[in-house]
Amino acid sequence: MRREVPLIITGIVGLGFVVQYFIPHFPFSKMNDWFTDWFSIVQACAIVLGALNLLKVSLEKVAAQKKDWGYAAVIIASFLLITIVGLVEGEGFRTPGTTFDWLYVNVYIPLSATMFSILAFFVASASYRAFRARNLEATLLLIAAFFVMIGRVPVGEMISGFMPEGWRLGNLASWIMNVPQAAGQRAIMIGIGLGIVATSLRIILGIERAHIGGGE
Amino acid sequence: MTPLPPFGVTVADKPNDAGGAVTIRWRPSPDDVENGKVTFYRIYRAVEKDGQPGQFVQIDQRPAGADTAYVLHDGNADDELSYFYRVAALKLVKKDGLVVGEYLAQSDIAGPVSPVAQWFHMGRLSAFIGVAFLSFFILFFISRAKSGRTLFIRKIGGLEAVDEAVGRATEMGKSIYYISGLGDMDNMQTIAAITILGRVAEVAAKYDTYLDVPVCRSMVMVTAREIVKLAYSKVGRPDAYKDDQVHYLTDDQFGYAAAVDGMVVREKPATIFFMGQFFAESLILAETGNSIGAIQIAGTAMPAQLPFFVAACDYTLIGEELFAASAYLSKEPKLLGSIKGADIGKAVFLIAIIVGVVFEVFGIWQFSNLFSVGSN
Repeated sequence: MRREVPLIITGIVGLGFVVQYFIPHFPFSKMNDWFTDWFSIVQACAIVLGALNLLKVSLEKVAAQKKDWGYAAVIIASFLLITIVGLVEGEGFRTPGTTFDWLYVNVYIPLSATMFSILAFFVASASYRAFRARNLEATLLLIAAFFVMIGRVPVGEMISGFMPEGWRLGNLASWIMNVPQAAGQRAIMIGIGLGIVATSLRIILGIERAHIGGGE
Repeated sequence: MTPLPPFGVTVADKPNDAGGAVTIRWRPSPDDVENGKVTFYRIYRAVEKDGQPGQFVQIDQRPAGADTAYVLHDGNADDELSYFYRVAALKLVKKDGLVVGEYLAQSDIAGPVSPVAQWFHMGRLSAFIGVAFLSFFILFFISRAKSGRTLFIRKIGGLEAVDEAVGRATEMGKSIYYISGLGDMDNMQTIAAITILGRVAEVAAKYDTYLDVPVCRSMVMVTAREIVKLAYSKVGRPDAYKDDQVHYLTDDQFGYAAAVDGMVVREKPATIFFMGQFFAESLILAETGNSIGAIQIAGTAMPAQLPFFVAACDYTLIGEELFAASAYLSKEPKLLGSIKGADIGKAVFLIAIIVGVVFEVFGIWQFSNLFSVGSN
């Protein structure tokens, strides 16, 4: 029963969701909203599990003075600080001018921005590896990337300004993005769509059981 | 000053909806021309009483001019009632920015009409037929596989390398990281990632290699724990499983990326799996893994992130391969049958695309229109 019950629930709900897409009549018209609401409620309750787990793992690390326990101490301190500040400031904790807001604007946002900005350097190192002309495909990629990049900056338009309109680098870059790139991406999207249908069908029919531990 | 009224007002139940909506269409007033007499169209509604319209009340107003579609969906109707509608052309006279006069020309009354909920969305008929055909192919190949026929499935490099990747971690005495992306349990990519996690956990448990699963969603943590625990039990190693090897970090995108990067740099795992839904953090994670020399296998159905994984990882499962992974790794004929069915669906789509392109080239649009799907 431990395996059958989840399989039956999954099958019924999955089938219900397929059906609700094609039937606009009540109650099918409301199914999506109901399930989204319920998912949000379950998700909100589950966040406590995650937060407690983070705290537990970090506390154990600090208590046992495991390797790199200092990072865990920072996690605990940050966790407690932001939680206490939020609770003390009550309902309006996100209002500009509160300590919570100050922490958000002066600590959280700069930290997030720092992580995001690191991406620029990683793009450079990854591009260097990807664009090395080792074989025909990589060379084609290099050439396409060169034209896209130069076509997207003002200097590209400047140096190709003397050419006929359709042959300028900006237009060439747009053509690469809108034609071969878009075609490739759409092919991937079609594959993804079919893959999702096949996986959904396997789960609805109870053929795919790996997510509940597999087996017959 | 009074403009000519709009004409040809028609009212009908809005199709393919859950009821409660009426569509009103009208032809513009002959005076609705550039710098003409019509400023707005006002739409009025009256509830039917004994076959006659009651008091008309304005329900909306639309600007006149070429950009107006001359159609209105009244979404505040009641299925239990019948309604009459009429449209008025309005000329506003202004002086010094102030309205000093209004001239209304009413159309004929249209109706009665009652909104009705439909039991089938006709705009999605093509999608229904497509899903039905695809499901048929999938079920057909599943039944073929059940009957014992051998199905050819091409080799997927990334999945063939799972054993090798786990084996490498075992030889080096280092851990394996499994990153399931930012998606929650309502995301198909996360579900696919979790099913692959089960197979990876089995191999890791068999080789006695530590599997670390840092997650960014609490519900993923709960599900992943069950999966990993069952995988360890399945290979006879329940004692090796620890709850905390699947642990929560944060829901925040870059907070998660920072935490995983920190762990990767400090602990230097031999193997990293990136499976599921990824956004801008994909390259931050994959490049960090690459910098420590870990063997990396990625899989996502986010087309924008695929180039980053291809550039930074040793193997990448592209789109559909992520969804095929569980079936491929299990080698179960029934699961493999579903992949074959999806492949047939792909072949049908390919033929349809080629035929569609040929028709479009010759200016025949009807074929492509067969594939359009109504959103509401």
